[in-house]
Amino acid sequence: MGNLSNQQLVQRLTARFGERITVPTEPFGLLTFGTSAETIEEVLRFLKEDGELKFNYLTDITGIHFPELELSIGVIYHLHSLTNNVRARIKVFIDGNNPKIPTATNLWEGANWMERETYDFFGVIFEGHPNLVRILNVDEMTVFPMRREYPLEDPNRVDKKDYFFGR
Amino acid sequence: MINHPILTDNDPQKDTITLNLGPTHPATHGVFQNILEMDGERIVSGVSTIGYIHRAFEKIAEHRPFYQITPLTDRMNYCSSPINNMGWHMTVEKLLNIQTPKRVDYLRVIVMELARISDHLICNGILGVDTGAFSGFLYLMEEREHIYEIYEEICGARLTTNIGRIGGFERDFNDIAFAKIKQFLVKFPPILKEFETLFNRNRIFIERTSGVAAVDPEVALNYSWSGPILRATGVDYDVRVNEPYSSYEDFDFEIPVGTKGDVYDRYIVRNEEMWQSLRIIQQALDKIEKEPKGVFHADVPEFYLPPKEEVYNNMEALIYHFKIVMGEIETPKTEVYHAVEGGNGELGFYLVNDGGRSPYRLHFRRPSFINYQMYAPMSAGMLLSDAILNMSSLNVIAGELDA
Repeated sequence: MGNLSNQQLVQRLTARFGERITVPTEPFGLLTFGTSAETIEEVLRFLKEDGELKFNYLTDITGIHFPELELSIGVIYHLHSLTNNVRARIKVFIDGNNPKIPTATNLWEGANWMERETYDFFGVIFEGHPNLVRILNVDEMTVFPMRREYPLEDPNRVDKKDYFFGR
Repeated sequence: MINHPILTDNDPQKDTITLNLGPTHPATHGVFQNILEMDGERIVSGVSTIGYIHRAFEKIAEHRPFYQITPLTDRMNYCSSPINNMGWHMTVEKLLNIQTPKRVDYLRVIVMELARISDHLICNGILGVDTGAFSGFLYLMEEREHIYEIYEEICGARLTTNIGRIGGFERDFNDIAFAKIKQFLVKFPPILKEFETLFNRNRIFIERTSGVAAVDPEVALNYSWSGPILRATGVDYDVRVNEPYSSYEDFDFEIPVGTKGDVYDRYIVRNEEMWQSLRIIQQALDKIEKEPKGVFHADVPEFYLPPKEEVYNNMEALIYHFKIVMGEIETPKTEVYHAVEGGNGELGFYLVNDGGRSPYRLHFRRPSFINYQMYAPMSAGMLLSDAILNMSSLNVIAGELDA
């Protein structure tokens, strides 16, 4: 394992951001915390450019949709500090009717397609993205298919209701 | 990509030619399209279009129980399906806190390393074809056939393998499978040696590949590259070492890295990784000798399907069988990220579980998708024929690119 423990990372983050990040948890040892759309760019920049933390590798950006929440769309970042061999997960929840969040393409070129994919499937608007258009789906599509309200199959079928899937 | 010229064909100021490379160019590996602006033989700029075989795996996975998602992973990187299968099994095992016995881990390592060899064989073989050397490819295809025969002994399938189950394997490796693996370890090295003799010091090959599409490590990291192409730039990032899974920490192997990150370095790194994979398989076979025989799955009756004869004769087995198939098992409400070193990079599974029968959300971190996004920007200024070689050496698999 790396030289940087999750406790040290939490100390550095709370010292820097205080109340602006949520209390971190560690599901399966992966440090996870939330923040807001206003702070996310600063958090990412701090993690990437800090001389000790060096989260220089953006592993993944993806989205999630919880229709019952007030802030229903989540954007999830996975970062990796290759020198310290530590990962971190950052979650930002934003309004599903007006999902806007600053882009990470200024920090990592690799964020470009990841953000396009998240836009394509969840409709998240990454402000400042150089080319925010659909990537895997056809350009003519009008919906954001990974949102929960869009069913996988014909919604009139009676044999594929959600309660058969345990929820 | 941003300064892609948008002059129409009728514009008198337009002095470049728009060329559609793809969607079905024979030298591309699957359905790719790149709209290139060409100045003679040189590419001025390009735009990649992807998504031709998008099959909505992430949406489908939200409606499938865990054990039915394995066949979806087969169809991502179909050159090395077993790695995807194992990665998915290990993700679920991490979620359910299942400890697999050492023997299962070693059996998995054997299968995954065979898959890595077959993946790299295809990539390097095709790279030879794209430079105009067909014979190396033919030598290697025969060896891939032998790897597929080993898969067949283990699971009955060849390409979309669906190998293993959550908790281990569906059955033990039989004696024929072990014999075939041992035979492969004897027969393959001379052929790989011959392949290297054909290419490594071949002047035509070196002149076609050396210095082509060289990438700095900073740029590669900035674009989130992973796998052999990142290691070819000199960054020693390998998930097998950084975050060992499936008992990779028990093995003694090296991570080959390149210096320039060009097509030739990627070729050399892949070849060297095959040698290292052979070392790992040999060690795994030796280690399995010392483990108790006949152990091929973890003892987790809540999650691992019992044998059929017990289901019909034993009440407990029947209950477990029913519960597993109907999805009545208790699963923790949490989230997990698990990464494995796939054939062409870090293959990650991000699973959010709400305790239901199927994942609430499953995201695949697909290395091909992330590695490929640099293709169009880096092609600018390149010769068209070099861009084709670059595509081969990135080893982008269309199934994984589009998921």
